[in-house]
Amino acid sequence: MAEKKSLYQEFSKGIIKENPVLRLVLGTCPTLAVTTSMESAVGMGLAASAVLICSNIVISALRKIIPQKVRIPAYIVIIAGFVTIVQMLVRAFLPQIDEMLGVYLPLIVVNCIILGRAEAFAGKNPVLLSAVDGIGMGVGFTCALLLMSGIRELLGSGSLYGFTVLPESIPPMTIFILAPGGFFVFGMLIALTNKLAERGGKPKAELKGCSACPMAATCSLVGSNDACKEETK
Amino acid sequence: MSEIKEKLVVSASPHFRSKDTTAGIMRDVIIAMVPALIASAVIFGYRTLIITAVSVISCVVFEFLARKVMKRNNTVGDLSAVVTGMLLAFNLPSTMPYWMVVIGAFTAIVIAKQFFGGIGQNFVNPALIGRIVLMSSFPSQIGNFIAPFAYRDTVDAVTTATPLAQMASVYSQDNIGAAVDGAELPSLINMFLGVRAGCLGEVCIAALLIGFVYLLIRKVISPAIPLTFMGTVAVIMLIAGKGSLTFTAYQLMSGGLVLGAVFMATDYTTSPISLKGKIIYALGCGIITSLIRIFGSLPEGVSFSIIIMNILVPHIEHFTTPKPFGTVKEKKREAVE
Repeated sequence: MAEKKSLYQEFSKGIIKENPVLRLVLGTCPTLAVTTSMESAVGMGLAASAVLICSNIVISALRKIIPQKVRIPAYIVIIAGFVTIVQMLVRAFLPQIDEMLGVYLPLIVVNCIILGRAEAFAGKNPVLLSAVDGIGMGVGFTCALLLMSGIRELLGSGSLYGFTVLPESIPPMTIFILAPGGFFVFGMLIALTNKLAERGGKPKAELKGCSACPMAATCSLVGSNDACKEETK
Repeated sequence: MSEIKEKLVVSASPHFRSKDTTAGIMRDVIIAMVPALIASAVIFGYRTLIITAVSVISCVVFEFLARKVMKRNNTVGDLSAVVTGMLLAFNLPSTMPYWMVVIGAFTAIVIAKQFFGGIGQNFVNPALIGRIVLMSSFPSQIGNFIAPFAYRDTVDAVTTATPLAQMASVYSQDNIGAAVDGAELPSLINMFLGVRAGCLGEVCIAALLIGFVYLLIRKVISPAIPLTFMGTVAVIMLIAGKGSLTFTAYQLMSGGLVLGAVFMATDYTTSPISLKGKIIYALGCGIITSLIRIFGSLPEGVSFSIIIMNILVPHIEHFTTPKPFGTVKEKKREAVE
C-alpha cells in the first residue's frame, strides 16, 4: 500500500463499500446456513469476527517470518488455532449457540472471509491497520448476517430474535427459512448494497479494468493483466 | 420510370408479416380458459370468481408498477399478465385467503417475470412459480380443499381430500392399480365433469378440453406438447397399475394434469420451438409427473415437472436445433474430402 489510508477508512470500508458478504460475496455458505434465526446469526457473526480479528493481528505480526511459498498452510494453522479456542469457549459458556451453529462453528476455519482478509490485507499491512481491517470486516459480516436473518426470521417464522412479532392470524411464509428464501433474500440484499455503494461513487462508465471489480482488494493479480496495464497508461 | 419506382419499394426484411399479435394470442388463451372458469364457479361457488378477480387485478397492477419502477415501457396492454393471473387462480383451492393470492401474484409477476426482463424473458412459467412459492409457504392453506357444491349447504364447508390424495393414501407397494378400489373416489363421469375436490381450474376436464380444442382450431398451440405429456403419464400409469384401465383414467383426470398440459406446459416462452424439442420436453414432463405421483411424498407433481423441464428448455433447444438444408456435419465433410 503506497498511500497511507486513515484508520477510519480501513474500518468503514468493511461495512458497505467492501462488505465481505454482500460486496465481495465471500463466506456465502455460513451466511445462507445460519441466517434462519437472528440468534444463530449473532452467534456466527461474533464468533467469526473474533477469529478474524485475532488471526489478522497474528498473521500481520508474523508476515515477515512466514515464507511466501507456504503462507496458506501457515495462515490455516493460525486460523484453526483461534477457531479451536472460540469453539471451546462457546461450548463451555454458550452451549445453546454451539448446538444451533453445529458444524458451521468449526467450519469457520475454512471461511473464505478470514482467509481472504489474511491473504489480501493482513499479509501485507502492519498490525494496527490489520486489526482495524478485521474489526471493520467483522462488523460488516455481523451486520449483513443480522439484516438477512432479521428479514428471514420475521417473514419465515413470524418472530424477531425468538420473540413472536406477527399475530397468530397471519401464518408466516415458511419458504423464507428454507433454502430458496435464503437465496432470494441474499440476492435482494446484494442488489441493495450495490445500489448504496455506487451512489456517490464513480459513475460506471469510468470504471475500467481492475477498478471495476469488487474483488480488486482481494485479488492477487491486480495490475498484472492487460486490462490493468491499459488503465495505468 | 416513376411507375416502376412506385412498385419497387426497397426496404429491410422482414417482408412478410403475420397478423398475429401478442395481445391477440393472449386473448385466445383467455377465451379458452373461460369454460373452465364458469364450470369452476358452478362447482365451487362465488369465491372462485373473487379469487380469479383478485389474482388478475393484482397481476396487472404489479406488472404496471414493476414496469414503472424499472423505467421500462408499459406492457399491460399485451394481456399476458391477465393470463398469468387467471392461471395462478386456477392453481389455487377455493378456500385460499385473498391476501395470499396477492402474494402469489407478486411472486409470479415481479419476481419470476419482471426481474428477468418481462414477457418473453422469463425462464419458468410465472403462474407456476407463484403456486410453488405459496405451496412451500402455506402448505396447510393450499391443501385445504372443500367438497364440490359445498357452498349450497348452510353448514360450514367440510374439507375433503382430492382424488389423487385419496389414491396416494391407499397405494400399496405390490399393486398400485388396486388403489382405485381402496379409495372412495367420485365416479369417472363426475371426474370428467369436475364434481370433485381440487384446485379451481383443474377440476372440470370437459371444460378444459373445450378450451384445448379452441386453442387447436385457432392454431395458438400445437397438439404435440399436451398429447405427449398426457400420453406419457397414461403409459406409465398403465404399467404401474398393472394394466388397470380405470386406474389410468383416474390418474389422467385427477390433479392438474390436463390444466398443466394444455395451458401451462405450452407457454411459448418456456417451451421448445422445434417439434422434436417439444416431444422431448413433454416426455420429460410426463415422466417426472408420474414419478412424483407414484414415489414422491406429494400427491401431485405436475407443477414441479413443468418447472423442472422449463429450466431444461435451453439445453433441449441446443440439441434439437434443426440442420439447415444442404449442410453436412463437420466430421462427414472431412471424410468426404
